[in-house]
Amino acid sequence: MELYQGSLDTKEIFGRWLDEQASSNYGAYIPFVGTIRAEDGIEALSFDIYEPVLQAWFDRWQEKAQALGAVVKMAHALGDVPVHSSSYISAVFSPKRRVALELIDTFVEDFKANAPIWKYDVINGERMYAENRSTPMDGSGLLA
Amino acid sequence: MIKIEFLGPIGKASIQMEADTLADVSAKLKEDASLTQWLDKCAVALNDTMVNDLSIVLKDGDKVSILPPVCGG
Repeated sequence: MELYQGSLDTKEIFGRWLDEQASSNYGAYIPFVGTIRAEDGIEALSFDIYEPVLQAWFDRWQEKAQALGAVVKMAHALGDVPVHSSSYISAVFSPKRRVALELIDTFVEDFKANAPIWKYDVINGERMYAENRSTPMDGSGLLA
Repeated sequence: MIKIEFLGPIGKASIQMEADTLADVSAKLKEDASLTQWLDKCAVALNDTMVNDLSIVLKDGDKVSILPPVCGG
């Protein structure tokens, strides 16, 4: 798992991941790129991350992937990310395509639901929590 | 003492309290009006592990993190 201040250099990261696995004999490599769309007048999105819980979440996914003979990768941005650049990328390597196709789906969906990352719209330099697009994590409401 | 930290958009400084269980933490946090809008939609981590049981017994120096709704990507 990799965290970067600001936009991700997607080509460098994907290229490096590909190089790292060049001799691993994986038959499938499926990348996912999340790009900030220009909408609702935003100039950027901004992110807070709680790294210890994110790392634990990612490590559990790596164990699930390994049980399937696969590898998961991800990188995410911290702070402001301007529109039309990337804040999140992930990828799966697996021996055959079916495992990778299914894993990228479940991995990215669980990422959206349970990775401890908070998103803010940036409009006129002001940071506003994207509350209506956010999802309570599994187990929410315990203390209510 | 137990440390309580409020993550992301909650925007509240960490606090310390005496508490024997997460149920005690819940009771004390419910007295704080600034948290009323948050508690029912927040998840909880104890020493950076997600938890889902109010009866968990706490010990001195534990860290309880309050995690509001997320939206990565």
